Amino acid sequence: MSDQRVIMTGNEAIALGAYEGGVTVGTAYPGTPSTEILENLGQYPGVDCNWSPNEKTALEAAIGASMEGARVIAAMKHVGVNVAADPLLTLSYTGVGGGLVLVTADDPGMHSSQNEQDNRHYARLAKLPLLEPSDSEEARDHVLAALELSERFDTPVMLRTTTRISHSRSTLVPGERRELPIAGFEKNPAKYVMLPGFARQRHPLVEDRLLALQKEAENSSLNRIEPGSKDLGIVTSGVAYQYAREALPDATFLKLGFSYPLPKALIREFASKVKEIVVIEELDPFLEEQLQAMHLGVPIRGKELFPLLGELGTEIIREKILNQKTEPIKVREEIPARPPVMCPGCSHRGVFYMLKKLKLNVTGDIGCYTLGALPPLQAIDSCICMGASIGVALGMARANPDSARNTAAVIGDSTFLHSGITPLLDAVYNNAPITVLILDNSTTAMTGHQCHPGTGSTLQGEPSSAVDLENLCRSLGVKKVTATDAFDLDELRDAIKSGVESDSEGPSVIIVRRPCVFLLSSFGKPPAVDQELCTGCGTCMKLGCPALNLKDEKAAINSTICTACGLCEQLCRFDAIKPAARKAGETNE
Amino acid sequence: MKQMNKKEHSNGHKTDILIAGVGGQGTILTGRVIAALAINEGLDVKTAETHGMAQRGGSVITHARLGEKVYSPLIPQGDGDILLSFEKVEALRWLPFLNPSGTVIVNTQQLEPMPVLTGTMEYPTGIRKEIESKAARLIEVDALSHEPVKQNSRMVNTFLLGILARIMPFEKEKWLRVMEQTIKARLVDINKQSFEAGWEFARGKE
Repeated sequence: MSDQRVIMTGNEAIALGAYEGGVTVGTAYPGTPSTEILENLGQYPGVDCNWSPNEKTALEAAIGASMEGARVIAAMKHVGVNVAADPLLTLSYTGVGGGLVLVTADDPGMHSSQNEQDNRHYARLAKLPLLEPSDSEEARDHVLAALELSERFDTPVMLRTTTRISHSRSTLVPGERRELPIAGFEKNPAKYVMLPGFARQRHPLVEDRLLALQKEAENSSLNRIEPGSKDLGIVTSGVAYQYAREALPDATFLKLGFSYPLPKALIREFASKVKEIVVIEELDPFLEEQLQAMHLGVPIRGKELFPLLGELGTEIIREKILNQKTEPIKVREEIPARPPVMCPGCSHRGVFYMLKKLKLNVTGDIGCYTLGALPPLQAIDSCICMGASIGVALGMARANPDSARNTAAVIGDSTFLHSGITPLLDAVYNNAPITVLILDNSTTAMTGHQCHPGTGSTLQGEPSSAVDLENLCRSLGVKKVTATDAFDLDELRDAIKSGVESDSEGPSVIIVRRPCVFLLSSFGKPPAVDQELCTGCGTCMKLGCPALNLKDEKAAINSTICTACGLCEQLCRFDAIKPAARKAGETNE
Repeated sequence: MKQMNKKEHSNGHKTDILIAGVGGQGTILTGRVIAALAINEGLDVKTAETHGMAQRGGSVITHARLGEKVYSPLIPQGDGDILLSFEKVEALRWLPFLNPSGTVIVNTQQLEPMPVLTGTMEYPTGIRKEIESKAARLIEVDALSHEPVKQNSRMVNTFLLGILARIMPFEKEKWLRVMEQTIKARLVDINKQSFEAGWEFARGKE
């Protein structure tokens, strides 16, 4: 291998591909496993990269950049494409100016997601070409191919990765950037103004384009037959190709990189070479069902062997096709699980402690704070999608007006700005007396601490206007807006009670503030436990803080990870947990 | 140990290394150093990492595979040559990924998972015995009791890397060079010192 080879994640390789391909604009909202695409693209010179408030505005901005003639990439996680689906399906009709690539990063196995939808269906739904790289080198190459396809066929192109592509590292040799002129916007209402009259003229072009793309896929270098034994033909794409190639070194392969529209002639040619076809793909039988419908004259199996759920791997392919079952080392069954937890010093902990204590129903949302659903806090009763906390609370109040007195919606700052404003407006407009807690930790924490419209800076480090959450809520018509400190349990209790017990019409908003512990560079000294005063009652353990433990029926504080947030001190009824400065035995005042 | 000879890497064999730990412990960096070394050695390499939600204190695993040609970035269960665990119970959790002829390197630090903290479960005992009975070799270390990790717990990853490097077929200088390429300049010296300490610890165990 050459010395110029470097190793990078699939996401880094997508960013490199965009850079090499002359992309000048990148748009995204952070979402695992897609986040690092824009973070990396933003490091290259000559590329304007922004975090958008959500995926819809990201794709819309990408459309505008493309209309100006710029090459552009929009990156999002699988569920982010749901948010961007509205512009996407009509973008298919308008086509593009400069090349436009939409990256969808799917998450089979739900490592960090609320569902494991298979976004290849979007390519079919929107009638768009779909590329599926199977390692980092292909990720770069497919972005370059996608940009070319986009411009040649006047179409946005979907590039689909999965977690094991986005977050796996493999090698490639970086290339040079192409600098391309940006043509500038040219008025063309029949192409870009999707009034019914114009849209009716565009739709047949979309259908013709799909046929032309199918011809293109037939001869695309992204699709290839890898010769092998006639006994078994494997059709596969994405990371599943790698698992299958490792498990089945002797089989004949049809490796699809350009996987929609399918290269049907190539598939027929492949079918004529093999006695049996097995389709190996994660999640839905996207390829398999299309192959079955082609009546290829050879037996086709796929989901008959492999699950519809989760990720595949080399093991299951060896087992199902070669009947080689590995007998891995067996370990004891009782190993305590290690679910993710809120960090020591997390600004969300006290809120969920209090919500549970007040016995409220809590509609939750997407972010680190969703961990408030896990033991011991167990204080969240719903989590659907970005922004749903407010809409769900609103619906509960409409179905049962009494529910507003025992329900709180909880949403993070970045999630609120992503899609919480509209349902809050809904609550104002419809006089719903719901209580909304905006947990403002000044960052998009779960995805790795990205800035957002409330933080005062942009992805590329430019200062920007930070939205004022109180004024934003007031301007929507929320009459009762208060702010509290996330680390002051009394203040939190009073604010939440005042919200849910309020007789005023319309929603109350409580902005709960403390920066994410990751944003801080230093902490106070951890408190100490007075062994004599501690009764071992375990009240402090209800916080679910990783820095707290009960040892020999006394509370113990792990001072290497404690950030001195002070919550356990406030909870202790026996004054046994004391700030570090005071010695044990002194009073708390 | 299976497939650990450097010459064999050019014969279609792979070395599969699992790096287990708790989100935030620095397992990803260790994987990156191994990968960069493999490239310098002209080998193919792939790694797979845990990002996102599990990074918040959950159980995390990095797969690193090196050889002449690597397909899957994930190590199949039962194929691992080395399991390097930053935490004790995590070594047990990921043991099924190890080949019974493989080596386990375990930092004996105990980070209590939430079910243990809340008292619904006990932190498992007898982990050493179980690993010893199921894997060909076990190297246990309390990295936090060794300098420079004792002073700076963030150095635990390069200390453990030093132990791992000692049982891999590449010269020490190559590891040190690759650390210069992959670690932030101001942190290189202390990390090299930590690596050397791990290397010496492992030499003492031979």
